[in-house]
Amino acid sequence: MAVKNNIRISLGPITYYWSEQQISDFYHDIAKTNVDIVYLGEVICAKRRTQDYNGWLEIGRFLQKQGKQVILSTLTLIEAQSDIKTIKKICRNDEFLVEANDIATVQILSDLNLPFVTGPSVNIYNSQTLKILQKKGLKRWVMPVELSRQTLLDFQQKIDFDIETEIFTFGKMPLAYSARCYTARAYNLSKDDCQYKCIDDSDGKLLKTKEQQKFLNINGIQMQSAATSNLLNEIKNEKDANIDVVRINPQSKFTPDIIEVFNQTLKENNPINKDKLKKYILGESCNGYWFNSPGMNLL
Amino acid sequence: MELVTPAGNLPSLKAAVDNGADSVYIGFKDDTNARHFAGLNFDDNKSHLAISYARDRGVKVFAAINTYPQPSNFNRWQNSVDMAADIGVDAIILADMGVMEYACKKHPDLHLHLSVQGSATTAEAINFYHKNFAIKRVVIPRVLSIKQVGLLIKKSLVPIETFGFGSLCVMVEGRCLLSSYVTGQSPNTYGACSPASFVKWVEKKDMLETRLNDVLIDKYKDDETAGYPTICKGRFKVSENTYYAMEEPTSLNTLDILPELFKIGVSAIKIEGRQRSPAYVAQVTKVWRQAIDSVKNNYSDFIIKDNWQEQLQKVSEGTSTTLGAYSRPWQ
Repeated sequence: MAVKNNIRISLGPITYYWSEQQISDFYHDIAKTNVDIVYLGEVICAKRRTQDYNGWLEIGRFLQKQGKQVILSTLTLIEAQSDIKTIKKICRNDEFLVEANDIATVQILSDLNLPFVTGPSVNIYNSQTLKILQKKGLKRWVMPVELSRQTLLDFQQKIDFDIETEIFTFGKMPLAYSARCYTARAYNLSKDDCQYKCIDDSDGKLLKTKEQQKFLNINGIQMQSAATSNLLNEIKNEKDANIDVVRINPQSKFTPDIIEVFNQTLKENNPINKDKLKKYILGESCNGYWFNSPGMNLL
Repeated sequence: MELVTPAGNLPSLKAAVDNGADSVYIGFKDDTNARHFAGLNFDDNKSHLAISYARDRGVKVFAAINTYPQPSNFNRWQNSVDMAADIGVDAIILADMGVMEYACKKHPDLHLHLSVQGSATTAEAINFYHKNFAIKRVVIPRVLSIKQVGLLIKKSLVPIETFGFGSLCVMVEGRCLLSSYVTGQSPNTYGACSPASFVKWVEKKDMLETRLNDVLIDKYKDDETAGYPTICKGRFKVSENTYYAMEEPTSLNTLDILPELFKIGVSAIKIEGRQRSPAYVAQVTKVWRQAIDSVKNNYSDFIIKDNWQEQLQKVSEGTSTTLGAYSRPWQ
């Protein structure tokens, strides 16, 4: 027996800007997969509005009926008062748990005495911090992507309280956020006049070095890794890290297929179908952070 | 409005104090602060000298302990907090809430400031740290427009410190992993961005390449001035264009909007640059002392003296300066 036999697979929030139709089609496909948990909502840019609050709730209800645990995700970089208003509305929904991606949202949720989950951009780097947030109502945390397996093991040594651990296992990694929109900048536009250009890049916009190395992935105000982090092999063989949930980040193509490979590997205990998985990875793979190495490395 | 200036070593601290700083911030000689550079920062002995030099002249000293400890090294951050309390700093600047909890329990009288690395951009986030750890001040990330800073000040329960001058992070501080993606070391985990040990300057025919752990950050022709390969200041290719995809190698200078910053109630202006020379600290502190005094005296008639900008320009990173996110079009 390698991983926990009750390990669950989650699908992170869509980080890109997709049309209403694309979002709807996507989750109809997801409903048919063996994913256990689905995070829904806009986490990058408040200007992206092809799907509104009620639309997300409807998708959530649909997925819940198909047996998925649904969690509403919230904005990561909060700048305007209107962002806070939206987040408060999401926090006050009475159907689904909320994923906080900023301490402001943690504060709002703990004021409401509501349980919550934190995403990878909430800085939980040690068990003291984890415990403080657990006392505030944190039920599950996603470890920051730059932390290693060893750090996770060190955490587990110190965790003497009830908490679930989720690991970002597959997808282009969130690396940075800015006030500036880099997609708009790529088109020589300002953020206020962005013309929603990011809707043209269903999986972000590739940034290469001057010697053509595929380096980063521009996604509005966010920078992602150009390489896809893939820890499936590592997680499959992991015996000690006590991982409860593995997270896959949505991409415009192959997401249901990726979920199925994860399902076969982690739940049905079959060998990883590496040839298949390779086809589903957009760009190159990396896993360096897990081994306490540069994140871009593949070890 | 207080002038908060950087000191990477004792000569810089003296330069700051002698040129009119209200307070000086320092770090200790390890990865517990966000300028963990070789040859920089204060050991126990130098910290004591720093405190007495500053205190004799009525200047406050803050210690930045603003990186994120992990389970295996948490005690190092505890030691830094203890050392700061022991030498008698006026406040410690923290980012990690585990460290804040420790400081509150062990040294209840020690003042805590929330570091820019704590990424608090809203009154709600500030409120969290205020309620739980009684923070006395917040340094806010360089992501808000001046209008947003004004609204935040109105709602915030604690005074706000903003960056006024120096190198410019274009990403939200405390949430940028670009450096560790390339080198394995980030400001959060190691206290340095694009660490020098990974930098290579490679001379090629007619070209100078700057690399970070072998990733090409930029390439310069003979007539171009090469900059340090910080990832966000490199030139990259997006679609068919090669350009500064994130930011030009400029630095922040808010002298132009100082009266507005004063008017909206910014409590303190922070100067970046603990890694810079004592000459930089002296020059920048001197100009900003005059500017802040002039604004306090009469902000509606504030005029920037020509020689201020000239003197600041001489010590700026790159050849130009920007208002950064304070100015909406920059975003």
